[in-house]
Amino acid sequence: MSVQELVIPQPREITTEPRFSDKVFRGVVTTGGLSSLLLLGLIALFLGYRGFEVLRQEGIGFITHSDWSISTDDAGNVIESHFGLAAMLVGTILCSLIAVVIALPVSVFCALFLNFYAPGWLKKIMVTIIDMMAAFPSILFGIWGFLVLMPSVEYWAKLLHRYLGFIPVFNMQVPVYTRSPFVAGVVLAIMIIPIITSVSREIFSQAPLDRIQAAYALGATRWAMIKAVVIPHGRSGVIGGAMLGLGRAMGETVAVFTVLNIVFQINWQMLLGAGGNVASLIILKFGDASPYEIKALMAAGLVLFALTLIVNGFANFIVKTTGKSGR
Amino acid sequence: MTTTVTAVPTKPWKASTRERVTDVLIFLVALSTSFAAVELTPMKGKLAYFAIFFIAYAFLTAAFKGIQRGNAAAKDALVNSLVAIGAIVTVIPVLSILVTVLNKGLPGISFGLFTHDMALATPTDPLNNGGLLHAITGTLTLVAVALVLSVPIGILTALYLTEIKGRFTGPIRFLVQAMSGVPSIVAGLFILSAVLYPITKAYSGLMGALALTILMIPTIARTSEEVLNLIPNELREAGTALGGTQWRTVAMIVLPAAKSGLITAIILGVARIAGETAPILLLTGGGDKVNPNAFNGPMGSLPYYIWKSFNAGSPEAITRAWAGLLVLVGLVLILFTSARFLGSRKAAK
Repeated sequence: MSVQELVIPQPREITTEPRFSDKVFRGVVTTGGLSSLLLLGLIALFLGYRGFEVLRQEGIGFITHSDWSISTDDAGNVIESHFGLAAMLVGTILCSLIAVVIALPVSVFCALFLNFYAPGWLKKIMVTIIDMMAAFPSILFGIWGFLVLMPSVEYWAKLLHRYLGFIPVFNMQVPVYTRSPFVAGVVLAIMIIPIITSVSREIFSQAPLDRIQAAYALGATRWAMIKAVVIPHGRSGVIGGAMLGLGRAMGETVAVFTVLNIVFQINWQMLLGAGGNVASLIILKFGDASPYEIKALMAAGLVLFALTLIVNGFANFIVKTTGKSGR
Repeated sequence: MTTTVTAVPTKPWKASTRERVTDVLIFLVALSTSFAAVELTPMKGKLAYFAIFFIAYAFLTAAFKGIQRGNAAAKDALVNSLVAIGAIVTVIPVLSILVTVLNKGLPGISFGLFTHDMALATPTDPLNNGGLLHAITGTLTLVAVALVLSVPIGILTALYLTEIKGRFTGPIRFLVQAMSGVPSIVAGLFILSAVLYPITKAYSGLMGALALTILMIPTIARTSEEVLNLIPNELREAGTALGGTQWRTVAMIVLPAAKSGLITAIILGVARIAGETAPILLLTGGGDKVNPNAFNGPMGSLPYYIWKSFNAGSPEAITRAWAGLLVLVGLVLILFTSARFLGSRKAAK
């Protein structure tokens, strides 16, 4: 009998080292994930690079002066130029503040209605409608706002001026109501209501159920329950939602451009038909801008980008921290 | 013999007949107050009806409950009315928009609209001249190119956030959120400064699609992340237990399981960009002819067509703009409904 030699294989080496395919996979996915960082960085970089010349020439005046003029000779060389965004920035802030002031109470009440008052079927329908509203293109709001909403809003502005004119914000010297920041604010309010509503609804629905039931068990009415449980829980989340809406309102372009009369003069009177808006300025001036003016528009875009980024970042921070705390 | 007496179940939370009658009466009184006020005082118009009716209704219910049950009940009734107003005010604009678009857009819709372009017509021509074929093909081309570019990046970002969970998860989630707030005009200016001026130096569909890609990535990434988070971890563990590498587990188990959710995410992204106007105005050049080549020559699109017609101002042009809006809204609604349908079907499974 022949003896067969038994070969014992060496034990397989056990490692936690990922395989080659996994390394490739992780590399590709991480690259993809980092692309958002890259894109945001590139946006800031390129707008800054193009706008640098104008920013350096105007200095701080770019955001504190409000005249926008450029004169060139026949060869197209710039003789004199003044670029100041102050009026546009004031207009942007004014319009979006009006929008948030109008939209916030409406959205909060609507979110309360959806969470604590509406029967199931109505809630489902309304949530669909509100989500759908968020998907409407802005040009639709712009044209609808111009042709359908604007006449009514101008009438409301007249009423406000006539009966509440003693309040400083509704006061103005020259009664011109057309295409005022107030009109733009109302259109923007309608556009941001779905955003604030869905954020508030989300936050309210996280209100602790045991406390809600405890409040009811103590004999609270629905409003007493909301005041004692839901509002303390959701307050900062709602503020975050409002700021998200503010950020959206600040960056809105076409809808504002169709309903707003752009004037290069700082105007804080919300009912007066003369406003400003950084995004609309870019659309307005882009068509026949000289290369140097385009650079100024790029700088304006950079300012708008920074503004919305700060507002949005802050809003997301607030929403995230409330969502986590959970109380 | 004894008879057992069983109590009839009562439903104390249900409104009694008397309460219901009072409710209807209050409603009618409020309604007649509003009519009377509009008739008798100088206040006129829809707003007056609406406002007076609600003030009267809120006041009457609050007063009634207050007399019946005291202060807390009065406040509760008042808030009831306020909350109802909030809901109604939210819904009114949507209904108004839909009714207006249907009303004003339908007269401009004809068969020729979908078979002709505007190469031989201007917006102020009679309506049977020209159409929006070039706009529809243009929008579809833009969306297709943007899809090709943004879907991989968006889904890879979502995969990084859910599967790898590396060092950069927090910052990237934050940046994606921030990116979804980038104004569309800024995206347009960025492509203008980074690609159009230094490299191509000409308007084309590709430029518009690049800007749309920037706007679409965050929508896809955020929705996909939510969908991938819903995939139970047991599936991933099962894949690993079978000896699969992470790559195989994700590609063969996680992604197929999340398929319909990912499609929903993509559709929502398309709905977000289909009507985007500002970057289109800056970048595509807006041709009037059907242009199937995204890389060369100006490209028309629905938002550009609507914008151009609206700015031309004559009655025909405005009708054209409304017809274009109707087509655009129809497109967005179809996309939105299919996303909802896919999303809900997945949830039902």
